[in-house]
Amino acid sequence: MQLLQQSGRVLPDRREVTPVVWLQAVLDGLCELSSRDPLTGLSNRRQFELALASEIDRVARAGEPALVLMIDIDHFKKVNDTHGHPAGDLVLKAVAQALHECIRPMDTLARFGGEEFAMILPNCPPSFGLAVAERVRLKVQARSVAIAPGEQVSVTVSIGGAFAPQWVRSSAPLWIDRADQQLYRAKTEGRNRACLEQPTVSLVSAEEKGLLFGTSQFSDSDLA
Amino acid sequence: MSDAETPTVTAPVTVPVAATPGMRRAKVLALTSGKGGVGKTFLSANLAAALAKRGRRVLVLDADLGLANLDVVLNLYPKVTLHDVFTGKVQLEDAILPAPGGFSVLLAGSGLVEYSRLTPEVREQLQRIIDTIAPRFDHILLDTGAGISDVVLYAVSLADEVLVVATPEPTSMTDAYATIKVLATQQQRRNIRLVVNQVGRVGEGRTIRNQLQLVVDRFVTPMLPDGMAAPTLDLTGEVPLDPGVREAVQKRRLLVEMLPGSAAARGVEAIAAKLAP
Repeated sequence: MQLLQQSGRVLPDRREVTPVVWLQAVLDGLCELSSRDPLTGLSNRRQFELALASEIDRVARAGEPALVLMIDIDHFKKVNDTHGHPAGDLVLKAVAQALHECIRPMDTLARFGGEEFAMILPNCPPSFGLAVAERVRLKVQARSVAIAPGEQVSVTVSIGGAFAPQWVRSSAPLWIDRADQQLYRAKTEGRNRACLEQPTVSLVSAEEKGLLFGTSQFSDSDLA
Repeated sequence: MSDAETPTVTAPVTVPVAATPGMRRAKVLALTSGKGGVGKTFLSANLAAALAKRGRRVLVLDADLGLANLDVVLNLYPKVTLHDVFTGKVQLEDAILPAPGGFSVLLAGSGLVEYSRLTPEVREQLQRIIDTIAPRFDHILLDTGAGISDVVLYAVSLADEVLVVATPEPTSMTDAYATIKVLATQQQRRNIRLVVNQVGRVGEGRTIRNQLQLVVDRFVTPMLPDGMAAPTLDLTGEVPLDPGVREAVQKRRLLVEMLPGSAAARGVEAIAAKLAP
């Protein structure tokens, strides 16, 4: 109960509602509490992993593409060391807000840990991946954070992304690991950039399809 | 669905031992397709049975590590799988099981879902397993997963020969072509076997093979380094569309055992005859 009060959750007055309604409000509050990151209000890592597991099942079943982005604030330690931890917290909140402005309602955005955030973007075609990641990166870069009266800082993020292998099941740790490898690449290539895993499948061009099927035999829509 | 007389595997069997140690090793053939659902696992199982009928010692390795279903096709409920070998719970010998049809299988089991990405561990394990069993068999068939993932490509790279399974459907032909392109450019495969499944008329396999070869000659060969021989597609056989296949799959029996005289069974047997003359 104390936990719920500390989290700022408003519970209905016990004398005004039925015990069932009150208990439901308490349970809802506890569920919310166990799935949120207290500082940023984003999903926490546990909630993220649950969402990722169900996304894997969906991809394996439906074969729709899905993208996971791992987003890490560049030189965050420097912010803490220079301006102190309260300033660091303000930066985390501001970055969380900027990231939140980039997502669709169906996406999952979480604070993965420390200064690392993670996004699940269901039904995101591979051709859109880099544009989406770049938009996120630029959104954060454009934000300046007021850490004290008259004092502003701005930060950048490095982003690594990996698409779920379509039709083939993966596991949550492996998917995160692949995105993390790209994040590592973004960091080593100089930070403030987005790197996505390159698809291994070589696409068949329209000319190749045309020759394969003889253009007179099939229309383009048959081959789509 | 399942027949009472169909054996359920409970105990491991003795592994056949090569007559002369180190004399010969099995020919490893990878079956792959690009698109799923073209009958790759059906063909692996029935081809293995047809090869066994010809007196060959055959093992099918379920290299479809992500979504294994060889056990479903063969109506086996393995207690021991490749997963147990990977985790060191059992010895490799104990995971080699007898299948109906007189051949052996190494089944992946659904526990291998986590290996659907190619880690150094999966690499090393697959290589070790194939090296260990190769001297004891004449043929090892690798039933790979759908798609052109790195696990599929790695499994294919372990094989002496690769056989691409396609159907006359445009999506299957496109994916078969994409697979051939990747194998020719990334693995420098010069000879690629092709089996066309579910053909509607005799000779359709040949037509499809010629069409694929035409596109390979035009688009893939120019991508190869100078002086490298052009990839050749070898039509190893065609399997006609046959209602018996559906019947056998539904009863979870081998077509070559249940309906040996059927058109599709004869097609599979002709492929076996080409692979084991």
